[in-house]
Amino acid sequence: MTAPLIEFRDVTKRFGNKTVLDGINLKIYEGEVTTIIGLSGAGKSVLLKHIIGLLSPDEGEILFRGQPLTSMSRDERILHFGRISYMFQNNALFDSLTVYENVALPLVETTRVGRHEVHRRVMERIEQMELTEATDKYPSELSGGMQKRAALARALVTDPNIVLFDEPTSGQDPVRKYGILTMIAQYQKRFGFTAILVSHEIPDVYFISNRILALYQGKIVFQGTPEELEHFDHPFQDEVMKSLEELERELTGVYSKSLFKIQNRSQLRRKLGEDYFSLVLFTIEPSESQLAHDVGKTIANCFSVRGGFTVRNAMDEFVSFLPYTTPAEGEEMVKKLLDERLFNLKLAAGTTIRAGIVSGKAGEEINDLISKAKQVRREIMRT
Amino acid sequence: MKTPYRWLTDFLAAIGRLVITQISSLGAAAIFFTLAFVKIFHPRQMGKILSHIYYIGANSTLIILLVGLFTGMVLGLQSYHALIKVGAQGAMGTLVTLSLVRELGPVLTAIMITARAGSAITAEIGIQRISEQIDALSTMRIDPIRYLISPRIAASFISFPLLTALFDLIGIVGGYISGVLILGANAGTYLYRVQASTDMKDITDGFIKALVFAAIVSGVSCYKGYFAHMRTDSHGAKAVGLATTSSVVTSCVLILIADYVVTSLLLI
Repeated sequence: MTAPLIEFRDVTKRFGNKTVLDGINLKIYEGEVTTIIGLSGAGKSVLLKHIIGLLSPDEGEILFRGQPLTSMSRDERILHFGRISYMFQNNALFDSLTVYENVALPLVETTRVGRHEVHRRVMERIEQMELTEATDKYPSELSGGMQKRAALARALVTDPNIVLFDEPTSGQDPVRKYGILTMIAQYQKRFGFTAILVSHEIPDVYFISNRILALYQGKIVFQGTPEELEHFDHPFQDEVMKSLEELERELTGVYSKSLFKIQNRSQLRRKLGEDYFSLVLFTIEPSESQLAHDVGKTIANCFSVRGGFTVRNAMDEFVSFLPYTTPAEGEEMVKKLLDERLFNLKLAAGTTIRAGIVSGKAGEEINDLISKAKQVRREIMRT
Repeated sequence: MKTPYRWLTDFLAAIGRLVITQISSLGAAAIFFTLAFVKIFHPRQMGKILSHIYYIGANSTLIILLVGLFTGMVLGLQSYHALIKVGAQGAMGTLVTLSLVRELGPVLTAIMITARAGSAITAEIGIQRISEQIDALSTMRIDPIRYLISPRIAASFISFPLLTALFDLIGIVGGYISGVLILGANAGTYLYRVQASTDMKDITDGFIKALVFAAIVSGVSCYKGYFAHMRTDSHGAKAVGLATTSSVVTSCVLILIADYVVTSLLLI
């Protein structure tokens, strides 16, 4: 295995009598998306602040590429921390500066780059984040998603090697949450930085994470892949993950991809013999965030009362899983969805919804079924 | 076991805590101000200093003109009616000028800037603090004190004496309007007295006071905003509101105390 980019060795941090980090040992590898999960107040943000140098450990040491931070010279530390960017939970954009000025700020204040080069680099990032039309707008004039993208543009403008995301999806609805996580995953692949996320959005963060670190009662109790975490036997599983998954399901009705698969397996495990289900793929046009959000929530709510569950498959695609339902029954349920829910949404003119229904059996690969559903989908609604 | 005179020890302990807290705050404020002052001379500060001069200085011009004009007019009015009783209305120019240049100019200018710009500085920095914008600066390796505080202190040092001079000038004009144009005092005598009774020392003393007040207003306003999140009596937006009120009250009280102290020192 390659050497870790960042390593914590027996790191302990106390605030007064309270021990927040208790002998933490962890490894973060270069080029990966590592997510630190845990409940609120578990010390996740404190851990991040150690990585960026805002806090120092009371005991133990932090190593960067095998070298302890304490043994670095002042210049080496400045160089090291200069390669790290931090994206705040609430974005922390300067509300008196425009998007352009916000993105340019770290370059103007911390480098000796000339004005033309600053302009080129800032505009490059703004264009990559699809914020060109918002260049001269103030943060308060932007939507939540655009603010996130502006904050990410600012975090990336200095070409950092490591980007820390503090609760990037906190307070967002399921659809926007998915959008933000997708954005992080896309840009991480595109720019190749090492991403470290802190989140309690379990299990939504799984699908973009290479590794998961679980922080529980001041200690790292798990380090591994999301798949390994599924089989992790520890009180953390019961106390933290299951309660959060249940809460998520109750509150939103829209499942994450990971939970969708788990739920699918557990549903089919309940009955031996003829385990069958219908899978419905919905496509919404035009591919517009608010429209997809409204339609997706309606589909999820409608099918959840009939024992089904729904996941977002792409920006404009939702997949519903209807256990013990034949395609004919599925057709009937989709018709009811149309008559009782979707027609009441008063969708904008030009909206088209297509649906494809296929039947499946236990053990069949979900992705194959989705491909089949794509082939048989037809228009069910046009406004 | 019940301790006799417990109330007395509690009372003394409370006083002790208060004194320790105040001295700690004073020490923190002194370090904060010194750091901010030193960082004025960092490269790449000029643009920010100019923009704050525009905000603290140029944008305060109208209010200074108004207050200066009417202060001068009231001085002219009162001094005319007081001096005419002893037949000394010719000294009106002296009274108006010295009152303005030595005392009223620096003090009222500082109080007006506190009300207009000082409160805004505290509120702006306080909001930046509670919305993590200041923490964001730290994570970007931008020194928040250099970026946010130093330019405001530098701008105050430049703006206060200039606005004080403007206040003095327009106040003398106000005295002329009420004393000469409205009440009919002799114009030549008024202008002669203004010129003859004003020494260079009066003007430099006024400017020294303006610089001291600049340090007080900018230091207090920035400090209260920067540490708004440390308040123990409130949190969030309420903390910013209380910090702003506290900044205005503290600045005004300190201006008046400093005025007496500086005047005493200058008269030695």
